[in-house]
Amino acid sequence: MQQDLVHAIKSNPKYHELVSKRKTFAWILAILMLVIYYGFILIVAFNKAFLSQQLWTGSITTVGIPIGLGVIISAFVLTGIYVFRANSEFDRLTREIKEEVL
Amino acid sequence: MRLWQNAFAALALSLVAGVALAAGDVGEVKKQSVNIPAIIMFLAFVAATLGITYWAAQRTKTAKDFYAAGGGITGFQNGLAIAGDYMSAASFLGISGLVFINGYDGLIYSVGWLVGWPIIMFLMAEQLRNLGKYTYADVVSYRFQRVPMRTMAATGSLVVVILYLIGQMVGAGKLIQVLFGLDYVYAVTIVGILIILYVTFGGMLATTWVQIIKACLLLGGATIIAFGALWVATDGSLSPERLFQKATQIHNKKDAVMRPGALVTSPIEAISLGLALMFGTAGLPHILMRFFTVPNATEARKSVFYATGFIGYFYILTFLIGFGAIVLLMPAESGFMVPDPKTGALALKGGQNMAAVNLSAAVGGNILLGFISAVAFATILAVVSGLTLAGASAISHDLYANVVAHGNVDELQEVRVSKIATLVLGVIAILLGIAFEQQNVAYLVGLTFSVAASANFPILIVSIFWSKMTTKGALLGGWLGLVSSTLFVILGPTVWTDVLKFGDAIFPFKNPALFSMTLSFLGIWIGSIMDSSEQGKRECASFEAQDVRCQTGIGAEGAASH
Repeated sequence: MQQDLVHAIKSNPKYHELVSKRKTFAWILAILMLVIYYGFILIVAFNKAFLSQQLWTGSITTVGIPIGLGVIISAFVLTGIYVFRANSEFDRLTREIKEEVL
Repeated sequence: MRLWQNAFAALALSLVAGVALAAGDVGEVKKQSVNIPAIIMFLAFVAATLGITYWAAQRTKTAKDFYAAGGGITGFQNGLAIAGDYMSAASFLGISGLVFINGYDGLIYSVGWLVGWPIIMFLMAEQLRNLGKYTYADVVSYRFQRVPMRTMAATGSLVVVILYLIGQMVGAGKLIQVLFGLDYVYAVTIVGILIILYVTFGGMLATTWVQIIKACLLLGGATIIAFGALWVATDGSLSPERLFQKATQIHNKKDAVMRPGALVTSPIEAISLGLALMFGTAGLPHILMRFFTVPNATEARKSVFYATGFIGYFYILTFLIGFGAIVLLMPAESGFMVPDPKTGALALKGGQNMAAVNLSAAVGGNILLGFISAVAFATILAVVSGLTLAGASAISHDLYANVVAHGNVDELQEVRVSKIATLVLGVIAILLGIAFEQQNVAYLVGLTFSVAASANFPILIVSIFWSKMTTKGALLGGWLGLVSSTLFVILGPTVWTDVLKFGDAIFPFKNPALFSMTLSFLGIWIGSIMDSSEQGKRECASFEAQDVRCQTGIGAEGAASH
């Protein structure tokens, strides 16, 4: 990529908006996923009794079942949230930057 | 076309010979009688995929066609193909078997296999698409010295591909032996020949469609077994509570099947395993390659979203299948439990990994058993072809075109080299499959993910996000990760004590990723900050241009075509 093009893009305010918004959003979601997953692993390692409780009085289903499935579903939901915003807002910003500099 | 006719003839002959040979072999205990529906459905799959390969071969002319299916795969198709690459027969049979034996603990594993995907989505998918062309080495050599970086990335790719291949080939041979009553050597050879055909003639386009078909078959088949078993086991009420209730009555662990057990005890092991599973996914070359088959970052993101959905759904199914198997197979009167020849204790026919397969027979008789057997075989074929293509690309695109020929090579020659590499890798896969027949290869999956997480992932993520990385740092960190993860596994309890029987392990943990990943990141950091060379300064300065392309994709669309 030519150096002048790089400078043109970098001096575009929309570029900075795109980069900082996406960075914040992506890292928040990534950290959220890490917290959910490692939270689950740490409960498994340190507090098995919590996961072994009955989900309702007399149930065989334990609290661990919805929590485990919840981690799986949260992975899907978080990727969905990211795609929803990235494919609309971030792609629109990218398109505008391209139109302005190219 | 003559080549094609010959190839078909040879394949048909070897299939017929294999089946005939197996049919004469009924005396052997470990082989099942020939399942006619399974063979018919498997042959239908082979015919369909070879048809696709023929179609794809007409459309595979350039290097971009061969490595990246011309960049014309949609996000949804690629999502299915990624899911197909990831849902191996080992995870389908292995995790349902794990749930069958351990109950809840199986779920802990499945969760670990899935959570790498959101991380790939947030931190890597669009970056890969914007920076790479055909292989992930394109990304890690983008602003660094080409020869040493490509050599290291290609080595990392090949190590991962070959380790993964051994596990898949041995698994394939054993599975086909049990399911189709086919001799081990024939089974492994048929797999080898088919994948060579798919990859050399059809390239990425054929590999992707084989993967898509297989993903649909596997998801469909697993849905039928899971809900079929739930229906039968709960007398039509479809209530999971009822299923769990019956399982706790039947399983010898009783209520403990519903609780986390002994599988995860040491927090360090748990965290280390979690790291390997989570970040290893982001370092598997055949998965990373899929991001170059879509036209842009928008489609790359969509593909991860769909893939996460399919894979997550698949793991929920394997959990249901495991519990269905407890209820329907574990009672002695089901006829699926046979006495162990050594101990006399009742064990599942074919071993714990056959839970899903046996359950299909219990739910849908011989037809469903045949279908699931064919799907399992198809799954192995598809995963092995994806791996072979990734290995061949590392050889032709990274080692040959960029290291040996320094980029001065015409496209046709490069594609020719990758076809030869495919042939060689196919033969190596067959030979390794035969060599490792009697070995326990279960530890290889863990090793593969540890190496991918420690060697490939750190240099990839740091090259994208950290402007101060230099070639020296990347090389130090990358090699440290590769060597340390391999050494730790060999010196650890799984290989040193269990496989080699050398007594107490020198390295005390089964899962080395926590340590080898730390070493790799430290190596990158120390090597980079200590590097005061002019070359290193230029590399840091060129981060700006890389980052702009990475963020906007400007320059990426054109890059793939020349």
